[in-house]
Formats: sequence, C-alpha cells, structure tokens
Amino acid sequence: MNFSEVFKLSGLLCKFSPDGKYLASCVQYRLVVRDVHTLQILHLYTCLDQIQHIEWSADSLFILCAMYKRGQVQLRITVWSLCTKSVSYIKYPKACQQGVSFTRDGRYMALAERRDCQDHVSVFVCSDWQLLRHFDTETQDLAGIEWAPNGCVLAVWDTCLEYKVLLYSLDGRLLSAYCAYEWSLGVKSVAWSPSSQFLAIGSYDGKVRILNHVTWKMITEFGHPATINNPKIVVYKEAEKTPRLAPGRLAFPPPRAAAGVASPAETKYEIASVPVSLQTLKPVADRANPKIGIGALAFSPDSYFLATRSDSVPNAVWIWDIQKLRLFVVLEQLSPVRSFQWDPQQPRLAICTGGGKVYLWSPAGCVSVQVPGEGDFQVLSLCWHLNGDSLALLSKDHFCLCFLETEDRVGTAFGRPGDHT
Amino acid sequence: MGEWMTVTDPDLSSDSKNICQYTSETKMSPSSLYSQQVLCSSIPLSKNVHSFFSAFCTEENIEQSVSYLDQELTTFGFPSLYEESKGKDTKRELNIVAVLNCMNELLVLQRKNLLAQENVETQNLKLGSDMDHLQNCYAKLKEQLETSRREMIGLQERDRQLQCKNRNLHQLLKNEKDEVQKLQNIIASRATQYNHDMKRKEREYNKLKERLHQLVMNKKDKKIAMEVLNYVGRADGKRGSWRTGKTEARNEDEMYKILLNDYEYRQKQILMENAELKKVLQQMKKEMISLLSPQKQKPRERADDSTGTVISDAEEDAGELSRESMWDLSCETVREQLTNSIRKQWRILKSHVEKLDNQVSKVHLEGFNDEDVISRQDHEQETEKLELEIQQCKEMIKTQQQLLQQQLATACDDDTTSLLRDCYLLEEKERLKEEWSLFREQKKNFEKERRSFTEAAIRLGLERKAFEEERASWLKQQFLNMTTFDHQNSENVKLFSAFSGSSDRDSLTMHSRPRQKKPQNMSNGSPVCTSKLTKSLPASPSTSDFCQTRSCASEHSSVNVLNITPEETKPNQVGRECANQKWSMASRPESQEGCYSGCSLTYTNSHVEKDDLP
Repeated sequence: MNFSEVFKLSGLLCKFSPDGKYLASCVQYRLVVRDVHTLQILHLYTCLDQIQHIEWSADSLFILCAMYKRGQVQLRITVWSLCTKSVSYIKYPKACQQGVSFTRDGRYMALAERRDCQDHVSVFVCSDWQLLRHFDTETQDLAGIEWAPNGCVLAVWDTCLEYKVLLYSLDGRLLSAYCAYEWSLGVKSVAWSPSSQFLAIGSYDGKVRILNHVTWKMITEFGHPATINNPKIVVYKEAEKTPRLAPGRLAFPPPRAAAGVASPAETKYEIASVPVSLQTLKPVADRANPKIGIGALAFSPDSYFLATRSDSVPNAVWIWDIQKLRLFVVLEQLSPVRSFQWDPQQPRLAICTGGGKVYLWSPAGCVSVQVPGEGDFQVLSLCWHLNGDSLALLSKDHFCLCFLETEDRVGTAFGRPGDHT
Repeated sequence: MGEWMTVTDPDLSSDSKNICQYTSETKMSPSSLYSQQVLCSSIPLSKNVHSFFSAFCTEENIEQSVSYLDQELTTFGFPSLYEESKGKDTKRELNIVAVLNCMNELLVLQRKNLLAQENVETQNLKLGSDMDHLQNCYAKLKEQLETSRREMIGLQERDRQLQCKNRNLHQLLKNEKDEVQKLQNIIASRATQYNHDMKRKEREYNKLKERLHQLVMNKKDKKIAMEVLNYVGRADGKRGSWRTGKTEARNEDEMYKILLNDYEYRQKQILMENAELKKVLQQMKKEMISLLSPQKQKPRERADDSTGTVISDAEEDAGELSRESMWDLSCETVREQLTNSIRKQWRILKSHVEKLDNQVSKVHLEGFNDEDVISRQDHEQETEKLELEIQQCKEMIKTQQQLLQQQLATACDDDTTSLLRDCYLLEEKERLKEEWSLFREQKKNFEKERRSFTEAAIRLGLERKAFEEERASWLKQQFLNMTTFDHQNSENVKLFSAFSGSSDRDSLTMHSRPRQKKPQNMSNGSPVCTSKLTKSLPASPSTSDFCQTRSCASEHSSVNVLNITPEETKPNQVGRECANQKWSMASRPESQEGCYSGCSLTYTNSHVEKDDLP
C-alpha cells in the first residue's frame, strides 16, 4: 500500500471525475484539477469566493463550484440548460433529508414536493424536464426518496416520527407500504442493494429490516446487540500494537506526536473470542437527534454484504452476509466510526474513524494502515476511485491518495484470520 | 377355658407380668389332673389349692369322694367309675379299669389343655407386642398426621398469599395496561395535535414564503438572476427539442418500455428459478422412486391398501417421467401432480425410515439382552478353560524344568556357545519380564473373577439360609394359626384374624417367591459356578478347600521351580518353552486369554516363592 504526498484541501471538497481520469479538489477559493495517476495539476481555477460545493458533470467535462454566499433566495428549482438557452422552473420543492433523486441512468428525476400541507412526488424526464408523473404520498412529513438502481421503483420514507416506507413504481402506482412498528421513532437510513433486489431500512430501534423486491415484505431483520455470543461470528478488535513507554522514560520536551490528540501508536486487529461485549453509548433521551438507531447502511457492489453502523455502538461496523442473511463480521475500532465506503469493484470496505489510520476489510481479513507523513493526518472522510485501485483520504486541511496493491498482493498483506474462511 | 380367657384378656393389654406369674404357677402345679380341674374351675380356687386338696379325700370319705367323682365325671361325659350294677340293692363296685381309663383320659386332656394354654399364652404375648407396636404406629401416624396437617395449613396459607400476590400482580398488570392505553391515547392525541399545529404553521410559513417571493420578485432586477454566460454546444450538434404533445407521448412510451423491460427481466428470472426448482423436484422424485422400488414388494405383501395405491401411483409417475416435455408446461395441473406425487413418495419414505428406526431400536434392545446372557456363559466357560490351562501350564513348566536341569548338567563346556547363550539369555530375560508382567496382570484378573464367584456362592448360601428361616417361621406361624383359631372368643378372633390373615398372606408370598427364585438362581451363574469349581477339584466341596488345594498346587510348582533361577535357564529351553506356549495358544485361539492367565498364575506363583528366598 502506497501513499501519495499530502495536498492541501478545504471543506472536504475532493472528488474523482466520473470517468476516473481526474481529481478535483478545492483550497479555499481555488479549484485544482489533477491527473489521477501522476497527480500533476492539470488546471487551477480561481473563484470569486470560497467554494462550498463541487460537482463533476456526468461526462467529466465540467465541474460545478457552488458559492452559496453569492446565491440568491429563490423558492423553486431552476434548471438551466447548458446547450440551449432554455431554463426550467420547478415549484414547491421540499427541503428535506433527501428531496431529489436521479435514476442511475440519469433519465428520470424524482422530486419531493410540499403543497397545501401534503407531500407529493413528481417524476421528471431529465431530457426535456417534462413532468412525467405527479402523485401525492401517504406521508405525514416525507423525509427522503430514493430510486432503486434499476430505476423502476422509488422508495419514499416518512419523517423519523413515524415508521413508514412507501414503494412506488415509475408510473406512480403504489406498490407497497411497509410499517414495522408504531408510536416510536422510525426510519433513520435507507439503502438499496445494487441488484435492486433488497431494500435495507435502518431504524431507531437499532434494527435493519430487509425487504424483498417481489412481495415487498420483510425477509429478515438484523438486530445489533451489544454482546455477540455466536462463535461463528468473527469479531475483529482494533488493538494498539506496541505497549506505551513507561512514564519515566519519556523524553523531556515531549515529542509532538505524543502531545497530539490521537496517539500515533500503530494498531492491529485481534480476533476477539466470543462472547464479546461492544462498547455502547447511553443515549441522552431528552435531546433531539439521539445517538441511537442505524445511522449508516451500505451494500457491497456485488450485493453480498451489508455494512451497518449502529449509533449507540459507535465504534463498531457490522458486516452482514446477505446470501445467508446473518451477521458475518463485526469490527470494533478504538474510536467512533466516521464513515465507511465499499470498493466499487469488489467486496472491500474502507473505514475511517477520524484518526491517523485507514482500515480495510475484505472477506479474507482486515488491516489497519497508518497514514504516513508528518504530524497527524486525521482521516475524516474517504472516497474510492472508480476502479478500486486508489482511495482518497480527506482530513480537515489536507488530502492524500492511497494506492492499493493489486489483488494478489493484497491477499497476502491482509492478516488472515485463523478460524474462518 | 373361655372363662379364663375373658378374665385374663383385660390383663393382657394392661399388665403382662400378671400373666407370666399366673402361667408359671399353673405350670408348677404338681398334679395334672388337679390343674385340669383348676382350669375348669374359677381362678380364686387356685389360690387355696393345697388346702382343698388335702381336705377332699380322707380314709373316712372314700366312698363319698368316689361317688362324687363318679358323678362329676359322668356329668362331663366320662364313663361311670362303677361297674354296672347288677341289681338295685347290690352295692356298686368301683371299676378300676374305668378309673384308670378316666385318669388317663383326664391326663391326656390335661396335656392337651396345657399345650393349648401355652399356645394361647404365646399368642397373647405376641398380640400384646403387636398391640404395642400398633399403638406406637398409631402414635407415630397421629404425629405425622398432625405435622402434615400443620404443613397443609402452612401450604394453604402460602397458597393464599400467592393467590393474593397473583391478584395484586394481575391488578398491577391491568393498571399497567390501562396506563399503556392511556399513554397511547395521549400519544395519539398529541400526534394529531402536532400534525394540526404543523399544518397551521406550514400554512403560515407558506403565506410568508409567498410574501417573500413576491417581494423578491418585485424588488430584484432580472439582471441579478443567474445566467449562463457561455453556452456549450451539444456534442452531436443537435438542438434541444420542443416540448410538445408528441414528446410527452414518447416519454410515456419510453417509461412503459422501461417498466416492461424490468418486468420481463424479472419474469425471466422467476421462470429460470422455477425451472431450476422443478428440475430439483424431478430429480428428487426420480431418486425417491429408485430408492423405494426395492421395497415395493414388501409393502404389497403386507397388503396395505394405502401404500399399495401410492406405489401404483408412483409407477404411473415413473411412466410419466419419460414425457419430460410435460414439465416445461407451467400448468397448474402439472404442478399439482408433481407436488402430489412428491408428497406421496415422501410419505412412503418417511414411514419406511421410521420402520427402519423401530427395527434398529428393537435390534439394539435384543442385542443388549443377548450380550448379557452370553457374557455370563462366557465367564463360566472361561473359568473352566482357565482351570484346564493352569493344569496344562503346570505340566509344561514341569517338563521345562526337567529339560533345563538336563541342559544344566550337560552345559558349560563351550565358551562361544555360552556367550551366544548369554546374548540370547538377555533377550529372553527381557521377553520373560514382559511376559511376567503380562501374566501377573492376568493373574490379577483371574483372581478377581474367582473372588466374584466365591462371593456369589456365599450369597447363595446366605439366601438359602434366609429362605430356610423364612420357611420355618412361616410354618410355625401356620401351625400357630391353625391351633389357636377355634378357641378364641369373637373379639379376639377378629383381632387375630386381621393380623394372622395378613401375616399369613405375607408369609405365603414370601414363601412362594424364594421358591420361584430358586430355579432361576440355579441357572444364574453363581451356584453353577461353585458347582463347577467343586467339580474341577472333586475332593473339595467348599471354596476355602479349593483355595487350599490350589495353594498346595502352587507350592508344588514353586518347589519345582526352586531348583532353577531365571538366570540359569538356558536359551534353548526358554525358546522351546515359548514355542510350547505359542503352540498352545495357536491350538486354541478362542481360549488365548485363558491360556495366558493360566500360565501367569503358575508363573507368578513361582516368582513370588522365589522372591521369598534369600
């Protein structure tokens, strides 16, 4: 595993182009476009103000930089055509968790709307922004919408106050409505499997429910208990590799690293013997957005695995075997998991915890890798390159690329667990 | 007699000493005739027995007393003491023969009565002790009753408390349920209120938005609005199409096409899945048919109607199987047929497997029983064989010793041979040691077996003794019962019969049980073993004797062995000995163990004796 040098970055704005050739990153009001392989700067654009958002065009020919400070208030969606001078307006968009969703082929856009205290969904044809379907949804306060990867089914979920998931066909028919329980906080996260076969719904009761695409009924539910008793489940526990020096032997001006927040000690994974009890957070009940429930969900690109994070067990990532519909692996980190992302090419999960390490899991095992370089590089976010060869690691002020070896060498580099495979 | 019983009966329960005194007194009375009289008369008479006796007959009143006695006896049914009077006036002569007869009869009667009395007394004693026992029992039971009553009360109390608790818990549960209901209602009402408020707020918010929108649109110039500075041409150079009804229709078409494609794709997948499943089912069916076909005949023989029809169905299905194309139809009838036939076959298979399971379990049970029996027989055979082996080994050792001695006498002439022998000797010594250890172990086992057999024999003797005792006691009781029955008065009869009946029955069953057991025991190892042991050593009937003879034999062998220490044994001979052993083992492969242990016995014996020597 190799690491590039560290580049400056602001606002965690760093994105690979959709064709995988370029890497765009922002430093204050500058936009830097680099070649992915050489990392040489290809272009450097200077904007009038600090950049707050960037977005590649689908053909990787354009980049959008947003400076919200310079925007103006408009209560509608405006669609500008870059080729023709046409401008389209869409009224009544709903500001919510996920109010807009494009199908994967870019042909249709679904938009959540709110009119007369009633939620609606409009489906537009993206080629000419014609309204294809418009229907109201049986929701109290719609919170999000998402197309299935095949673009034929739209999942709509209600606000967290009510557990309600609605499934609409592209032509606006209600396919199914699902409600797991009542009178309690409901849906927290939703994810489609890449095969469009499953819809995983993470909720505030700490469970993931998986719906199938034939009957839209629940196939199974995955609980996230804090203790793991099943000996079939492998629990990887991150542990510090070297014991710390005795206090008497510390050098007098303490080294910079020791003074830092995160310890530079290298860590490794150990296979914990069951039963394992995971660290749990006691949620504060009287505050908004309690730290409970399933905060993050992601299917692996082959739909074989599902990675989840329960916010009440913040240090753990749960990886579920979707073929066998059971828990497969649990990774327990030393600090709370910030984010995780699947390799787009193979079942390989990259995890960051806001420390100086990046963690990789594959069915063969898992590794903890220290990001080299001076000082701390606190990995706050990460994103995979399209082909799964490299990984951009983003910290508050810097970013670097992590190049992964070819698969055969990775296999040997990964620590193989003794008791599974 | 009846009077006597009635008098003593109250005393029996209250004071048994009195009876003892009384009985001893009666036993000591000098004249049996007299005591007979006493028994017939009342108790106070017995107090002044002697004075009365002395006053009854004197020189003067012989006539009177004789006539009195005659009178008395005749009233008791005895023949008259006088000769038959030939005439009225002639004085009747005393008939000595009659007197003697009477006396003898009286004496016999007296003896009988005494015996009866004794029996009655023992019976009384027994009854007394029974009574005591019963009273004890009664007291104990009363106590038990009391304690159980107390316990019951305690339990009832606990039950009551628990019921109380239960009621409370029910109440609590009900309250909780009510609470939950109430809270749910509250939540629902709050939710509706919240929604209502939200709607109100949203309306206000919408109004504000509208206002803001108007203000923004009015105030701001159009110039400030975002504009695209440089348009990019389309890659294909086409222009954007107008929105017309046509495009709308086209969009619709496309949408439906997409949906249709999706559904088609899914249908294809489902079809594939179905085909796979059908294939699996078919295969399963085929395999089932092939699996069940060998058993077809058996169920038919049993003439079981249901299975018969099912099997004929299976045959039909098997015929249908050839028409493979039929399965490609996803017609409901075909599906039903397939599933039905599979279900039927499955049922057959299940019943078959169950049957097999039953058979297996049965066989297991039988097998265990058989094993038990065989093992016992084996033991007996083994002991017999062991005895034989011992004899043989002893003989073999004797011959070996003789040979060794001969060898010794002729040996020690050649150095090289001796060296060679030494080499062999060492090897042989090692081997011997090993064999010794093995023999010792086997001897131990043998001893253990022997001990168990002797124990069994002893047990049998004890059992027999116990049985004899039981029988004796039972006979005694039977006798007692028989003799005492008719003389009891009604009350006592009741009491006694209640006891005797039960005890009688008990003793009877006790009696019969050992009798049934006896032949079993005889067939069951231990007695047979002892008999065999004795057979093997005809002069000694008991096990101790057997041991003695055995020790004698071992002494014999040891004496023989004494002459040669193992160091002196010559390799050739030892080799031959081994060969001998081997031969004996080979000749009887089934009795290897016996041979070994037999050998080991003699060997270890000799060894022990040797060790004792300086």
